[in-house]
Amino acid sequence: MSTEKTAPEATGNGGGYGAPRRSVASRIVNRLGGGVAQFLLVLIALFWLVPTFGLLIASLRSNADNASSGWWTVFTEPAQLTFSSYGSILDKPDFIDSFWNTIAITVPSTVLVVVIASLAAYAFACLEFPGRDWLFLLVVALLVVPVQVALLPVADLYGRIDVGGFQMFGSVTGVVLFHVGFGLPFAIFLLRNFFIAIPRDLLEAARMDGGSEWTIFRRVIFPLGGPAIASLGIFQFLWVWNDLLVALVFADTEAQPMTKWLQSQMRQFTGNIDILAPGAFISLIIPLIVFFAFQRYFVQGVLAGSVK
Amino acid sequence: MSAPQDEAPQDEAPQATTGGPAAAVATGTADGGGHGGGENDVKDDGGKGGGLAPPVWLAVVFLLPALLLLGFLVVYPIVYSVIRSFFDADGAFTGADNYVGIFQGEARLTAVRNTLVWIVVAPTVVTILGLVFAVLTERIRWATVFKLVVFMPMAISLLASGVIFRLVYEQDPDKGVANAAMVALHDTFAGGGASYPGAAPRQGQGVPVRSEGGAVVGAAPVEPGRTALLPLLRVRPEQLPEKPTPAAQPPAAGPRAITGTVWFDFTRGGGGAPNAVDATESGLPGVKVEAVRDGEVAGSATTGDDGTFRITGLSAGQYTLRIPADTFTAAYGGAEWLGGTLITPAIIGSYLWVWAGFAMVLIAAGLAAIPRDALEAARVDGATEWQVFRRVTIPLLAPVLTVVLLTLVINVMKVFDLVFVIGGGDPKASVLALEMWTESFGGGQNQGAGSAIAVLLFVLVLPAMYINIRRLRQERK
Repeated sequence: MSTEKTAPEATGNGGGYGAPRRSVASRIVNRLGGGVAQFLLVLIALFWLVPTFGLLIASLRSNADNASSGWWTVFTEPAQLTFSSYGSILDKPDFIDSFWNTIAITVPSTVLVVVIASLAAYAFACLEFPGRDWLFLLVVALLVVPVQVALLPVADLYGRIDVGGFQMFGSVTGVVLFHVGFGLPFAIFLLRNFFIAIPRDLLEAARMDGGSEWTIFRRVIFPLGGPAIASLGIFQFLWVWNDLLVALVFADTEAQPMTKWLQSQMRQFTGNIDILAPGAFISLIIPLIVFFAFQRYFVQGVLAGSVK
Repeated sequence: MSAPQDEAPQDEAPQATTGGPAAAVATGTADGGGHGGGENDVKDDGGKGGGLAPPVWLAVVFLLPALLLLGFLVVYPIVYSVIRSFFDADGAFTGADNYVGIFQGEARLTAVRNTLVWIVVAPTVVTILGLVFAVLTERIRWATVFKLVVFMPMAISLLASGVIFRLVYEQDPDKGVANAAMVALHDTFAGGGASYPGAAPRQGQGVPVRSEGGAVVGAAPVEPGRTALLPLLRVRPEQLPEKPTPAAQPPAAGPRAITGTVWFDFTRGGGGAPNAVDATESGLPGVKVEAVRDGEVAGSATTGDDGTFRITGLSAGQYTLRIPADTFTAAYGGAEWLGGTLITPAIIGSYLWVWAGFAMVLIAAGLAAIPRDALEAARVDGATEWQVFRRVTIPLLAPVLTVVLLTLVINVMKVFDLVFVIGGGDPKASVLALEMWTESFGGGQNQGAGSAIAVLLFVLVLPAMYINIRRLRQERK
């Protein structure tokens, strides 16, 4: 160690001073490196922004303009900008229906996952019962199960549920339940790890005061679990909002969310750009708002969800 | 009810000291107490509490909804799929035929091959990008803004990302930004200029130009101060401007300059003198003309709308005028992103765009956790920045890099939306997850084959399942 340590000093002495020469050199390298890094990062950021920006501009141009030139033409001809594509897509009842379906699927899926997973996570974290650890291990095992493995069996299961004219297959309910089922392992995992860190004394105190487990859950655990529940909620919301595959399999035309509706418009990509561009933009603007409004929770949720 | 009166679950009390709730989210802190099942009831460390342990049936009530849903929607389907995969489309037992079938036939093999390409390429490149971004942002003031920008695609749907990249990858360089950028780069470095594929000089005597190795050169050398005529034939109508400008006589060339005209020496409907500029003939704009002496290009110019050009700054001497060969080859139109062999790399490109932010944020968190002392010690020891990075940072980051890589591998195996949307049903782009859908729901009508692919995907993620379980058990100890 000591021999290595003397090495830079020795070379430094050749220049007259010890430390200063090295620090001047490294400062220049740093400055240059910083400049190059800045430039590279600006370039990369542009790379990441341009595609989405292109979609936004394409959605603000007429079909004829999009067919004859690239979106960047607006820089020289700003008069091309028009809301006409948005006007016409918002006049399409199919699209409006699919927008409400997206909400009808996303909101219950998120609420149900949060509630059901909180209950289960509370049991795993704070209650005693035989086989607890074994069961939790099973939940962790289910984290990585690909949805593909459940598509056919659940389709078959749903196909057999037909109660008084209500058919599960193709319905919003079916889509919601599927999302809840596949959202649960991660949700339970996340919340249980959070709940387990809540001081036992707090629970004991509440129990001593005669609070029932339900009261404790509602008054102590749920409020304390705020950040984790927020992360989970946002993660699940975006997960379901953005889903295409599950909707493709389980939702019929009546129940289809925006993703599926837009997908059905993709057969003629260039001809339908006046539908696809504004439609895609409407479908991504709400996740983007959620993302920017709750970025901290969202990033936490995604990072914790890296096992999924 | 079953729990003895004097046994509050005190064994978990030490847990409270391991930090606030926030710490638990990131690290997944597991309890130190539970050794599985009823053993906990036997353990007693003082019995301070007063018989408040909640009854077991309560746990069952709390767990019931979750367990029911998991049972019906996740566990039962796994069993069903495994069994179903041994039966053919009509429900007859076929043994392992469905599994063998995954690796048979052109379409299936393409899907298997593409899935392998995805697994090998995408996670590695995403991780490297994430590492580079995380390192680059370390000393930058606007790092947060940059991270938000790069992370943003994680929030939007893969369908929207697919639409975005269909636009990016449009074939026509006038519409797709990727090809527009490639053409612009190509023209900047390879010398742009308009191109007239197929155009050629007239054959025969007395023609002022002739072909030479793909290029067109003037038949006689020219001195500065003189003019030259470069007539071309066989220009395709679609290559002419929409409203062609009539060709003009070359302007007067001053000293040290050569002027001339490049034009389409053809009058529609006949008429016009060969090898002479007629007002009925159109100039060829954008043609690059070079003045060559002794094999070296001494000067060059590009023709205007009327086909005239002026090469200046020439010293006295004899020059040969040359229109370079690439004028007569087809214009560079960028790459064929979709529909050709590039389709899988192109879709992987869009995947990088979506996931790089994820890798970056995880790795940046890992970087921030590296103790400054370790880096400083290495620097004091005389290590260069690169050595510090290579020998200290990377090894300390290894666990994070492994997690990122593994997560991405699992994710890539299931990649569906991007391939479905950008590939647009092109069999050259197919992957296993897409084959599964096609077989089962997209017209294949073979649930046995679909189940077999689904089970294969499930088996491929089993190692990850094992790692998750092992990690949990280790944390318990």
